[in-house]
Amino acid sequence: MALKIPPKKTPMKEQPPEERRKNFFEVALGYTPEEAIAEAQRCLTCPTKPCVKGCPVHIDIPTFIKHIKQGDFQGAIDTIKLYNNLPAACGRVCPQENQCESQCVVGRIPGSEPVAIGRLERFVADWEAEQGEVKLPEIKEKKGKKVAVVGAGPSGLTAAADLAKLGYDVTVFEAFHKPGGVLVYGIPEFRLPKKIVEREVEYIKKLGVKIVTNAVVGKTIPVDELLNEYDAVFIGVGAGAPKFIGVPGTNLNGVYSASEFLTRVNLMKAYLFPEYDTPVTVGKKVAVIGAGNTAMDAARTALRAGAEKVMIVYRRTEKEMPARLEEYHHAVEEGVEFHWLRQPIEYVGDENGNVIGVKCAVMKLGKPDDSGRRRPVPTGEEDFLEADMVIEAVGQQAQRILLDEFPQLERNKWGYIEADLETGATSVKGVFAGGDIVTGAATVIEAMGAGKKAAKAIDRYLSGEWNPWND
Amino acid sequence: MAHKIVRKRKLAHLVHEFVIEAPLIAEHAKPGHFIVVRIHEKGERIPLTIADTYKDDGTFKMIVRAVGKSTYELCMMKEEDELLDVVGPLGKPSEIENYGRVLLIGGGVGIATLHPIAKALYEAGNEIYSILGGRSKEYVIMEEDFKKYGEVLVTTDDGSYGMKGLVTDGMEHLVKEKSLNFDVAWAVGPTVMMKFAAFKGKELGIPKMWVSLNPIMVDGTGMCGACRVTVGGEIKFACVDGPEFDGYQVEWDEIIRRMNQYKEREKIALERFLEKVGDVSWL
Ligand SMILES: Cc1cc2nc3c(=O)[nH]c(=O)nc-3n(C[C@H](O)[C@H](O)[C@H](O)COP(=O)(O)OP(=O)(O)OC[C@H]3O[C@@H](n4cnc5c(N)ncnc54)[C@H](O)[C@@H]3O)c2cc1C
Ligand SMILES: Cc1cc2nc3c(=O)[nH]c(=O)nc-3n(C[C@H](O)[C@H](O)[C@H](O)COP(=O)(O)OP(=O)(O)OC[C@H]3O[C@@H](n4cnc5c(N)ncnc54)[C@H](O)[C@@H]3O)c2cc1C
Ligand code: SF4
Ligand code: SF4
Ligand code: FES
Repeated sequence: MALKIPPKKTPMKEQPPEERRKNFFEVALGYTPEEAIAEAQRCLTCPTKPCVKGCPVHIDIPTFIKHIKQGDFQGAIDTIKLYNNLPAACGRVCPQENQCESQCVVGRIPGSEPVAIGRLERFVADWEAEQGEVKLPEIKEKKGKKVAVVGAGPSGLTAAADLAKLGYDVTVFEAFHKPGGVLVYGIPEFRLPKKIVEREVEYIKKLGVKIVTNAVVGKTIPVDELLNEYDAVFIGVGAGAPKFIGVPGTNLNGVYSASEFLTRVNLMKAYLFPEYDTPVTVGKKVAVIGAGNTAMDAARTALRAGAEKVMIVYRRTEKEMPARLEEYHHAVEEGVEFHWLRQPIEYVGDENGNVIGVKCAVMKLGKPDDSGRRRPVPTGEEDFLEADMVIEAVGQQAQRILLDEFPQLERNKWGYIEADLETGATSVKGVFAGGDIVTGAATVIEAMGAGKKAAKAIDRYLSGEWNPWND
Repeated sequence: MAHKIVRKRKLAHLVHEFVIEAPLIAEHAKPGHFIVVRIHEKGERIPLTIADTYKDDGTFKMIVRAVGKSTYELCMMKEEDELLDVVGPLGKPSEIENYGRVLLIGGGVGIATLHPIAKALYEAGNEIYSILGGRSKEYVIMEEDFKKYGEVLVTTDDGSYGMKGLVTDGMEHLVKEKSLNFDVAWAVGPTVMMKFAAFKGKELGIPKMWVSLNPIMVDGTGMCGACRVTVGGEIKFACVDGPEFDGYQVEWDEIIRRMNQYKEREKIALERFLEKVGDVSWL
């Protein structure tokens, strides 16, 4: 095929690593209109739309890109918004390489990169925000039925927005003082500026969704009250609870869960202490345990908050690392050190109980395990890494506060809510669930996809078309 | 939604009582529950115990001791001012039942925290003895309230009121000199006080002592792990598993150490704040 497609994605400007490692401003700076149009021209407008299958909310990708090609940015964003209520966030944080872009035919041409779908999505979302007034979609006639959404993360916000568009009265209850879920307390400012989340939340409010913050369902609002007052309930409380490996020294001063560290810095703005009241003590030498996206975020945040040296400590190798490649590269560029094949066996403290280092077992790779990755096994050797701060980023688990108060709701063996993946229907009549609380920690767009499917199912249930609990 | 300070009064130097508008909290709170407050947009999230609730007018009471920047700032607020965020009720409620004879030990602002528990235990039919301790007379609050439920023994460190000594001396007195046997005890107050009360309780053969831990918290909903404490050899999150635990099983030195994690930073914050606001001797 003699196609004249530039093999590489149109590059996106970034802050240089030496500069950005000291500030919390966004790393990637976005496309100009010219760059966006140039990138859009790499798309072949495939009639079979393979890329759409890779997107959990099935955005009509070729159509929105076609609008960009023609310079019709409004048309592009209108198309996206038929499917996605949080495009500026998804364009930034979706693991596109595993999703939409992994299916792109341009990426299949040897030596060629796929079309930069995420960057284009981000571009039109930002473009629209710059125009001032954000266009509202059609909102169906009021149905006179009430739906409660628990949790204002991506899954809850998406379900809420879609149900509002269908004409339902939707109230979202959020435990924190700010809506957004992981988008506000987990993912750092330099990857997803909080202004953008606020903007997307404002849009959802304009659709008529009521968001009540500081409302912990199960505590502030008891579960039976919710069930009595609303015609249907969607639960999207996430998998926010931290896990600890549980090695000796976990409770030393200076040992944090990534959730605590990121919440202090992102949500409470501890990096602006003492202008903001929440403190965080960032060490000179920081060891981050784990090599997923959360670990990368914690490591890069620690650098920006003033650490001199940041180490990622991971029991497998670069190849098995679960983090997105792009974020790994960003971390390397910024000077994060990687210590592979190291499994912490103890955090060591001084006489005052402050952590001074991590004792690790040196590992090697053995046979593949259930996940298909080679299992790390101890070599018998030990290693000691000096660190005055340790951040554990080894995974999350189900958020308990609601589940503890809702024993009737069936759970699976991992402690997550048992719900139908196509509809979100749970074991309790009229109650739906989706996002991380059903699947375990996943991605923003998958959580949104679950919110969308549930919104559709709730609509069918409330209009009497379908009832899986058949009484 | 902002929450109005409906009433405020000074109880002792740096100790203030607030009545806050929050209908949902007033309706659902039980003894032992706490709330998390954020005063303004730049504020931190501070946990405070619910000292009483008034369902009829949708308010609750809290008693705050100024110890650092946020609590000073809170204590300087006036009636009609508004708190930006109040979330709760959080934590597990106290395990109230009819145990028989109960010993309640309160120190400082902990006395206020203990009050709703005392009331509920009384209503559940328990025979109640209370020991209220303070540095000096001024810090022994709510004596009259506790007298409604049973006998009250006051201890002060300086002997300015009641028995001179610590609450643990009071415990000895009741158990040894008065030969009273207790079925269960609650100790609520400064961490060091609870630690020694727990040691003493064990020594005196009181079968169980509940304590109300106040580690540093961030969210108060089980999502950060800042509040982790070791109880019976296991890591627990005080905000969702507690804040009340079996005092005989708590690793006290660890919690005391963890509470001092931010000492230096807290000092900076308080000094800067006090410089800005000037004279606070009236507080
Ligand atoms: C540090 C970090 C980085 C990540 N990076 C990426 C990334 O780059 N790309 C990506 O796609 N994904 C990423 N993820 C994963 C992604 O953020 C999650 O999969 C997604 O946010 C899940 O959405 P959710 O709606 O299910 O839950 P959440 O976002 O967790 O939201 C749940 C909300 O419910 C609230 N809540 C909990 N209990 C209650 C209750 N009882 N009452 C009221 N409210 C309650 C919580 O406060 C929270 O706001 C990351 C996750 C973390 C932690
Ligand atoms: C469940 C619980 C109930 C509480 N009830 C009351 C109460 O009824 N009345 C009252 O006066 N105080 C109560 N406290 C303590 C109160 O939360 C702290 O005094 C307050 O957070 C200190 O904030 P600061 O900025 O004024 O002081 P800082 O200068 O920040 O700290 C002073 C000391 O308070 C402790 N502290 C600091 N930050 C926190 C935090 N986020 N969470 C918990 N402790 C912290 C530390 O040990 C620190 O050394 C309670 C704490 C908990 C956990
Ligand atoms: S939402 Fe995510 S997966 Fe879908 S098209 Fe956009 S970037 Fe790709
Ligand atoms: S697969 Fe790639 S080239 Fe084809 S329509 Fe989708 S984005 Fe365009
Ligand atoms: S305060 Fe965050 S888990 Fe308890």
